[in-house]
Amino acid sequence: MRNSFCQAMLARAAQTPQLFFLTGDLGFMALEPLRDALGERFVNVGVSEQSMIALAAGIRRNGGESWAYSIAPFCYARPFEQIRNDVCLNGLPVRLVGNGGGYAYGPMGGTHHAIEDYGVLLTLSGLRVYVPAFGADVAPMVAAMGAREEPGYLRLGRSEVSDESALPAYQRWRCLLEGAAGLVVVAGPLAGKLWNAWQARDRADRPALWVLGDWSADDQELPAALCQAIAAAPALAVVEEHVAQGGLAAWLLYRLALAGVACPPLHHACARGYPSGRYGSQAFHRRECGLEADTILEALRAAAGLPASALAGPAAQSVAV
Amino acid sequence: MDPALATPAHHSPLTDGHSVDLNLSADTELQLIARRARRRLLRMHFERKVGHIGGNLSCLDALLALHHRILRPEDSFVLSKGHSAGALYITLWSLGLLADADLETFHAEGTLLAGHPVPGWHPRIPVATGSLGHGFPVATGMAFARARCGQEGRVFCLTSDGEWQEGSMWESLIFAAHQRLPNLTVMVDLNGLQGFGSTREVASMEDLGQRLAAFGIPVLHVDGHDHLAVTAALRRPGSAILVLHTTKGAGVSFMENRMEWHYLPLNAEQYAQALDELSEDAVAAALAAGGGR
Repeated sequence: MRNSFCQAMLARAAQTPQLFFLTGDLGFMALEPLRDALGERFVNVGVSEQSMIALAAGIRRNGGESWAYSIAPFCYARPFEQIRNDVCLNGLPVRLVGNGGGYAYGPMGGTHHAIEDYGVLLTLSGLRVYVPAFGADVAPMVAAMGAREEPGYLRLGRSEVSDESALPAYQRWRCLLEGAAGLVVVAGPLAGKLWNAWQARDRADRPALWVLGDWSADDQELPAALCQAIAAAPALAVVEEHVAQGGLAAWLLYRLALAGVACPPLHHACARGYPSGRYGSQAFHRRECGLEADTILEALRAAAGLPASALAGPAAQSVAV
Repeated sequence: MDPALATPAHHSPLTDGHSVDLNLSADTELQLIARRARRRLLRMHFERKVGHIGGNLSCLDALLALHHRILRPEDSFVLSKGHSAGALYITLWSLGLLADADLETFHAEGTLLAGHPVPGWHPRIPVATGSLGHGFPVATGMAFARARCGQEGRVFCLTSDGEWQEGSMWESLIFAAHQRLPNLTVMVDLNGLQGFGSTREVASMEDLGQRLAAFGIPVLHVDGHDHLAVTAALRRPGSAILVLHTTKGAGVSFMENRMEWHYLPLNAEQYAQALDELSEDAVAAALAAGGGR
């Protein structure tokens, strides 16, 4: 997605002469075209994330359009007070971009993971998070972030779908698959993993798959079609590479309750930190947290009172959810 | 353009209806303004039973010099030491940009004059400040954007001395020096006292001026209570750091260099004594003797 992001920023920069792009010394092998295009408006502020966010606020306060980039944990955790005070309290539409959401930096270790990023940021007034599921989502998200006069956080990952051309174009809410074995709401690149695993299954033997792309604490309305589908589903699963607290499940269930939608039995597949105390690839951490397609499917079937799927892999039996 | 800066001070409570001698030198006029500003600042804090007086008094003279003598419509000012909001409000009042009725809401329910500046209501308060280590980095961003966009106008920023214990300050100083910003002037209110001790005792950065100068931005040492000296230093073109040698609680004898006046409100007896020290007679006597503030 970094390359998609770079291309999207090049397009935006071409029509936005006041655009400033700040990076905290990251972007090697990805952002060079943007650096070359922006010239002195591409600013490597050095290893100084707090200053970077405050600088971005100051630039915006002076009329510039500012984007601040780092890897995800350095983008929101270290400079949280700057985001809270300098950006959000001042109502400045600064755009934050964090690369490598969730466990994407796998074996780099826990300091480099971002498994509580959007939950933390959504506590701030007026901020909207954008979590692309696919590479093709990035360009419309960048355009939307630039068009909205509100602070935004873009959580980049790695597109994991086998064939993006088969997917519907970006919308905030998309139904990727119809299905009768429950309903799954997912955020981020895990959507691609689930789509890869389930798209060839019979409709009766797979869940419906919905993906959410951007949301804020101020959003209250849910699509009517989604509400109807959830109400009719035998079970609901929410899937996210993020901890439960502040995550998508809590956000969604609160809105379902406000809308008076009775929620079916729930399974929440989410980041659970480091259950074994050991570290590994993104796939390792997902597996430890039950963030795999087979595991999720079996948990969903169990929640719905359905028999185990004959197509479930061994992981479904080996990981407690 | 900053609309407040473009608006003349049409009703300054310090120059309208008061006996300011227009033939006085600029320095003397500012001294008179400063005396009355001190009285009004103390009244505001006394009436609202609010502290933070010491640090307000240490930076008030510099704020008056900056706002009365230097700031143009195209300039901006960021109060990084947000706990001196009172001094900023009084400075704006001295220019007629806030009214007495506004000051009476200081720290009150529903106020815009909070203990630390809140955003979105006064053109001379461009951003919220209060958490130390924020205002200077934001001001640096403002100056950077202006420089890169070829915009006119300078950016001024006032920091405390203890604030330089925040890492974000040094991050931004590295950036400002590296970018060779031509339009950023930082004032450091070097009063030597912080929240729970002296800066020397808590986490000494002496000589702070030398440390700052090591980054390659010109550093000027100025008596922060000498209006002419502060004004002259602020007029210097290009970026600079002005180390303002100041006294916490300046102008009120029992507050000077006393850490407790970082926090304490005034009681009635103390308020009366302070007013007595800042009376018109005391002003005249001090001026006649060639005294300062």
